[in-house]
Amino acid sequence: MTEVIEFQPGWELIVGLEVHCELATKTKMFCGCRNEFGHEPNTNVCPTCLGLPGSLPVVNGSAVEYAMRLGRALQCTVSPSVFARKNYFYPDMPKDYQVTQYDKPTNTAGKLELPDGSFVGITRAHLEEDTGKTSHQGGDGRIHGAESSLVDYNRAGVPLVEIVSEPDIRTADQAKAYVDELRKIVLALGVSDAKMEEGSMRVDANVSVRPVGEPEFRTRCEIKNINSIRSVGRAIEYEAKRHIALYDVGEKPTQETRHWDEEHGRTRAGRSKENSDDYRYFDEPDLVPLVPTADDIARIDAALPMLPASRRRRLAEITGAAAADVTLVVDRGHDDFVVSVVGVGADAKKTLTRVENDLPPDQPITLAPQSFAQLVIMETAGELTATQAKQVLAEMLENGGDPKAIAAAKGFEAMASGALEAVVDGIIAANPADWAEFVVADDKARKKLSGFFTGQVMKATQGQADGRAVAEVLARRAAR
Amino acid sequence: MTAGVAPTAVSIAAEVRGGTRSARSVVEEHLARIAEREPAIHAFNLVLRDEALAAADAVDAAVAAGDDPGPLAGVPVALKDNLCTRGIPTTCSSRILEGWRPPYDATVVERLRRSGAITIGKTNLDEFAMGSSTENSAFGPTRNPHDLTKVPGGSSGGSAAAVAANFAPLALGSDTGGSIRQPASLCGVVGVKPTYGVVSRYGLVAFASSLDQIGPFATTVHDAALLLEIIGGHDPLDSTSIPSPAPSLVDVLDRGVDGLRIGIIGELAGEGIAPDVLARLHEAANVLEKAGAIIDTATIPAAMYGLSAYYLIAPAEASSNLARYDGVRYGLRVDAPTTAEMNELSRTAGFGAEVKRRIMLGTYALSAGYYDSYYGKAQKVRTLIINDFAKAYEQFDLLLSPTSPTTAFALGAKTSDPLTMYLNDICTIPSNLAGQPAMSVPFGVGDDGMPVGVQLLAPLQGEPTMFRAAAVLEAAMKETSR
Repeated sequence: MTEVIEFQPGWELIVGLEVHCELATKTKMFCGCRNEFGHEPNTNVCPTCLGLPGSLPVVNGSAVEYAMRLGRALQCTVSPSVFARKNYFYPDMPKDYQVTQYDKPTNTAGKLELPDGSFVGITRAHLEEDTGKTSHQGGDGRIHGAESSLVDYNRAGVPLVEIVSEPDIRTADQAKAYVDELRKIVLALGVSDAKMEEGSMRVDANVSVRPVGEPEFRTRCEIKNINSIRSVGRAIEYEAKRHIALYDVGEKPTQETRHWDEEHGRTRAGRSKENSDDYRYFDEPDLVPLVPTADDIARIDAALPMLPASRRRRLAEITGAAAADVTLVVDRGHDDFVVSVVGVGADAKKTLTRVENDLPPDQPITLAPQSFAQLVIMETAGELTATQAKQVLAEMLENGGDPKAIAAAKGFEAMASGALEAVVDGIIAANPADWAEFVVADDKARKKLSGFFTGQVMKATQGQADGRAVAEVLARRAAR
Repeated sequence: MTAGVAPTAVSIAAEVRGGTRSARSVVEEHLARIAEREPAIHAFNLVLRDEALAAADAVDAAVAAGDDPGPLAGVPVALKDNLCTRGIPTTCSSRILEGWRPPYDATVVERLRRSGAITIGKTNLDEFAMGSSTENSAFGPTRNPHDLTKVPGGSSGGSAAAVAANFAPLALGSDTGGSIRQPASLCGVVGVKPTYGVVSRYGLVAFASSLDQIGPFATTVHDAALLLEIIGGHDPLDSTSIPSPAPSLVDVLDRGVDGLRIGIIGELAGEGIAPDVLARLHEAANVLEKAGAIIDTATIPAAMYGLSAYYLIAPAEASSNLARYDGVRYGLRVDAPTTAEMNELSRTAGFGAEVKRRIMLGTYALSAGYYDSYYGKAQKVRTLIINDFAKAYEQFDLLLSPTSPTTAFALGAKTSDPLTMYLNDICTIPSNLAGQPAMSVPFGVGDDGMPVGVQLLAPLQGEPTMFRAAAVLEAAMKETSR
């Protein structure tokens, strides 16, 4: 990202993202309690995740495995790591410290490839435990003015991976693309359900701006409470504009944590206390270091599924399409099908178009690649018109079956070229004025009139003519 | 009052298992002694009279049915009140935990129950195990059974006093910087701090997690060995637990010390140690030499910095471990308009002065800008001590030192000066920092007639050798008292 992208004239936007993903392990990070969303408050708890005196943590091996899997998918270096305690008082944190990783995280120095082919650096992706959830009773539901607060510790101790990006992001759209891509990777790996609305994926954005050409970063603000990908973009744009407005009147933003207010579309300063904490990190003495072996890492690498970026690259190569044009099919999980269909001998471009446009977007494909390939081959060979092909496909999706048989049953025999020419000649004869115009028209006008003639031919053949074949006959007749 | 008048755990268990004595009569005998002397000594925060009798009846029923209740059948055990006992108050001698009943048993408590032992009460301690005299208890001090004007040592003073007063032949304590060995020494009983990780810490209310270790008190080396065998061994609930079974100790007790190389730690055998205590130390060395050991002087240069390092590392960990006592979930709550104020008022009311002092020390030591010069440097000293021990153990199989610089001191003598109080732990702290085992064995009395202990130190998992030497010292004491 060497090219400067201006956010507003003269200003460059600088964004780094911190994304928390709850890992979809069966049990919590340090105890055997169920890791599930939506249970009665304080039912998935035990002495350890309640932080009762005398309780001790035991690392969940699956969580470590998931974290390393994610790290390797983000091309991180996986190193021996040490848990640390982050000390601060908060009622939904049972021990009043959070077990996390500090100076020795599991994953460091990776990168994430965006659909446009650019990269965002990953500083680190570390393991930690989630906190409980506080709900304030009375007042307006905020902590200030509340009459009392209730805490649900079901979420306390749920394993999280925090993925910290480099400040490589320069536009709100890139930020959204980054979060979207990260979500797809996490889903592809099966390590989290990554639902922003349920909080299993949470995004904090570090935002600052600087005049174009200034080498140093300026004061940043951390925006929390962003709960959709759309809000990621809105919050960043709002915050950047706020900074620029401050600089414009000779003021400066204060380094602080701010909260995104979805309803009013603005950020607000957090509690001042939130900004003055000294977390007093030190190595967690109740746990021992995680020391993955080279074999562990090799095993994880070998088991990684194909990730979205590779899928896009593969499909673009096979179909000759631009990477951006295959994103939809990859996102729908239909790319494997395209690859299989093309493998059986169908035209790649035609296959991509048909899969993208004519298959239900949000369902897995149940068709046999061979059958679908057969359909594409028939269409490409001119045995079926586009309209006929669509009808055959509809039937295949509905009841299954062989495309040849379906076409035959529907009477979609390929129209012999002689028969087509006769029909075309008939239409020309019936519309002499239009035809005269067609013959003398330039390419642009001819295209328009061609639509009229083709429509007439289709009408006459009840859609059985191949549009391209009609165009060819028209061109030949006009050239005479 | 001398320890050993009452039957040992080994003899009780043998009689109960053999059906020649009922567990109920054992418990009743000990409850009777408690009824007589406990008001003056205050070893217990809670005596579990009904529970102990019920447990004794269950043991007797098992024996009657032909079952073996286990190697500690019918043996009363006193538990330091920082060990979690299901449904039974566990206070750490702190107001902040008053009334709290853990919903689970510590691993050691569970293992004791499975061995047929009977929990007879929860013993007093310095609040959250922070102290060397048991005067820092929110529920009043414990007194030394040998002289009620003297402290029993601490922080496991209640457990040491309970065993010394024959309220129970066995007790468990926890040792973070000497909290088992120092009171054992001052009360004239055997006290062992095992290798870090030999005994599970699950259910031990944490003071300083990287230093805390549970260990036995007993009137004899044999009893202590048996108790350690029962409570030791891997526990999957404690990630720092060593993944191997408990050491075999009882079987090696009679092997003697012939040919063992034993070093007297020079740095801990001179300045700052009372002459009568030093005299007992050298007598102990002579006994070991006569038994065939090769005695020489060892050097642990960094031992002198152990105290300073300890009083940064332990408070640092404590400041974090004790954060959870915030009034939100359990224990004392002082209501206030905001959560932060409620936290503050609850902690202000719930913690005693020494605990507050250490929380502040530890918070400071970990603070941004101070970490490197305090906590970071202390960890380096810790490494130096480990290295010094490693060097010493190239030459020696065991090391020897006093346990405590003096015999038991008077109540109130050191409460006004924390630093003087901290110096009590000068000989015991290095083993905690190194994670190595050490034990105090009673070895005569001082000029004031109060018990003196000597400390045996061993490399990691060197308990079997350490217990062999302890048995030799114990046998020599029996000879002289005869």
